[in-house]
Parts: sequence; structure tokens; C-alpha cells
Amino acid sequence: MVHRMSERPVWKSGVTLAVIAAVCTAMVALTWQLTADRIEKNKTEWLERSLQPALAGLFFDSGVTESMLVIPQPHELPGKDAAIVYRVYAADKPVAALFVVTARDGYAGPIRLLIGIEMDGTVTGVRVLEHRETPGLGDRIETGKSDWVLQFDGRSLLAPEPARWAIKGDGGDFDQLTGASVTPRAIIKAIRQTLLYFEGNVEAIFAAESSEEETD
Amino acid sequence: MASSISDSLRNGLWRENPGLVQLLGLCPLLAVTGSFVNGLGLGIATLLVLMASNALVSSTRRWIQPEIRIPIYVLIIASLVTCIELVFKAWFPDLDRALGIFIPLIVTNCAIVARAEVFASRNPVGASILDGFVMGLGFALLLMAIGAFRELTGQGTLFARMDMLFGGEPVRGIVLADNGWLLMVLPPGAFFSLALAIAIKNVIDRRRTDARAHLPRRARALDR
Repeated sequence: MVHRMSERPVWKSGVTLAVIAAVCTAMVALTWQLTADRIEKNKTEWLERSLQPALAGLFFDSGVTESMLVIPQPHELPGKDAAIVYRVYAADKPVAALFVVTARDGYAGPIRLLIGIEMDGTVTGVRVLEHRETPGLGDRIETGKSDWVLQFDGRSLLAPEPARWAIKGDGGDFDQLTGASVTPRAIIKAIRQTLLYFEGNVEAIFAAESSEEETD
Repeated sequence: MASSISDSLRNGLWRENPGLVQLLGLCPLLAVTGSFVNGLGLGIATLLVLMASNALVSSTRRWIQPEIRIPIYVLIIASLVTCIELVFKAWFPDLDRALGIFIPLIVTNCAIVARAEVFASRNPVGASILDGFVMGLGFALLLMAIGAFRELTGQGTLFARMDMLFGGEPVRGIVLADNGWLLMVLPPGAFFSLALAIAIKNVIDRRRTDARAHLPRRARALDR
């Protein structure tokens, strides 16, 4: 083997390697060219689609994703990073706000939540966008696995009162999840905190200019 | 040709199954098989990469000097996986979201380098594509079997969330029980399930050789 290697000049191998690297790079570049537009379109579509559950039953006529507002730190919303708000309008009048916030005290890491709130402070819908909770226990916060997260529809800081925003086991009004108590607590706390923030900042939220850049 | 196809099918699916016998690609095998739909999705992606990489390696085999073959395989496989990831993102965005990090991780699936090295670098393009297909199929079927088994025992459901592959509203699949043995969905369950699958295969193989050993010599000769 050693003998055979020395027969062939190293530069020849280098050239082969370079040619193949160039061809492979070209292949990736071409695929990227062909797919970039569709991927971008899918992203926006996915965003619009994932916001839909929090818009159920609302009448609105504005493009939701265009009215995005990034609320940088420090803010009183759940989460360490900037929070995102989408503002929903009907005939130029504010109808609702959709918050994307992060509950930091999940059982297995942060839980990304979508929370829709109507102008009168009632919840239009809550969805879990991202989480790492235990399969079979905490992951029943997904709508594909159980209806648990639907119990927040139509709730507000008046129904129930802030003190009763807790699972039944903690003396609150909300159903728990068998085998998982950290997860529901984290979500309920995040929703309550978001409702409180909304109550105190409604005007500022709808007065602000839309943010240009999308943040991941 | 017919006999070589059925022969390579038997190799890929059973005798040399990449997951069961060669124990290659264990990282994705153990990591994504929490449910049937995940197994199916990653199985399809791996199958596509395996066929394309075998085709490319085989068609360039004349120009590849043996001393630089490994970096070339790595280049080819990494580019292919990137392309397939982009294609998935563009045309199957839901599946891409479901499999997340595991599509890029196909790069690290040793089964693919192994087939490039063992088969595609020595055989014509057609045979290499067929080899990629049967090996990929063997791997995909194992992923699906373990995925189904873990989903069933761990969550009491089967075929849940098939919407991630085929679109539509979230589906809960066939619900057989409200709860399962949670451990089966967690990482230890993956090891248990794979061990069980290997054990079952070994039992079947042993039964077969035993049965064959008891045949009269003439019949044994015919059997071959």
C-alpha cells in the first residue's frame, strides 16, 4: 500500500479532490437556488398557519405577519429573550394581539408559547410552539396529544381571578396533567404574566411601529 | 438478474441488515424511533441519501484514487444530505420540522459510507443504486418496526401524528391505551427494543439452521 501511494504524485490527488469539491459545491449551490424561494414561502406560510389557532373566532382584515413587533429586553413578559407580538386589526382598529413568549421554567427546558389575547383581555387561544417535555407526560400540552391547552380559551384575569390561575392541585381553577405538574405550572404562569403585561401595555403595543426584521 | 435482485433484497432486509446485523447508523436508529411516523420519515430520507450516494460514488469510481476515497465519500455524502435537506424544506416542510436535526445527521450514518466503500466503489451504477435501495429499505423497515413497537408500548398509540408526513390536521392515530410504559419512549426503550429485535432475528436464524441441519443430505444439497 505504501509502495502504491508513492507511485502517484500527491498533486494529482489534490486536483481530483479539488474538482470533486467544486462539483459538490456547485450541486449544493444549484439546489439552493432552486429551493430558496419555496423555503422562504414555506416559512411565512408556516408562521401564518401556526398563528391561526390563536385567531379562531376573530374577525380581522389585516395581514398578521406584517404587523410584527419585537419587544426587546428588558420587558415584563415571560422569557429571557426578546418577545414577539403580532397585532391584528379590523378596519384599522385593533382587535387582538398574538404573543410569542417563552416559559423558562418547563420541566425539560424552555417552552415556546403562542398566546392570543383579545382587546378586552380574554384569551383567544394558546398553543405550544416548541418544547422538550417528557414524551407521554408533559407533551400532552400539544393539541395533537390532548385537549389540555384548550381550557384557556375565553379565560381572562377576571375569570378566574389572578390568584386562581393555577392547577387544581395548587388551589386554582385549571385541570392538571397526570404525572406532570411542573409543565402546567410553567404554562399557566406564563399565560398569566402575559395577560398582566397586555393589560398594562395595550396602548404602547398598538402605538409602536412594526419591526422590520424577522428574528428567529 | 432476477436471482441477483432477490438475493440482494434478502441481504439488505435480513442477512446483512444495516441496523440489525451490521449495527450501523445506531445514532439515528436509537434517537428518532420514539414513534412510527418519525421512523418512517427518517427511513425515507436515509433511503434517498443512500441511493443517491451509491449512484454518485459508483459513477465516479474510475477517477477516485484509493488514498483519497474517504474524503471524497464524505464530500459527496455531505453535499447530498444538504441538497436533500433543502428539498425537504422546500417541498415537505412538515416532515422537515418533525425530523429536525436528524436530517443533517444522516451525514454521520455510517451505513452510507459503508455501502460506498464496500459496494458502490466496486460495482456498476445500476447495481449500486439497487444496493442503496435494498439497504435503505432494510434500515427504514427496522426504523419503522422499532418506532411502532416503542410507540405502542410507550404511549399506547400507533400511527399518531401521521399528518406530519401527509399533511392535514393533527391526528392521534389508533389509541389503544391512554398511557403506556413511559420508559419505552425514553432513550432506554430504544436500546431495549433494538436488543429485542436482534434477539428475535437470532432466534429465527438459529431455528432455520437447525431445521436445515436435520434435513437428509440430498435435500440439503437441493436446498442450496
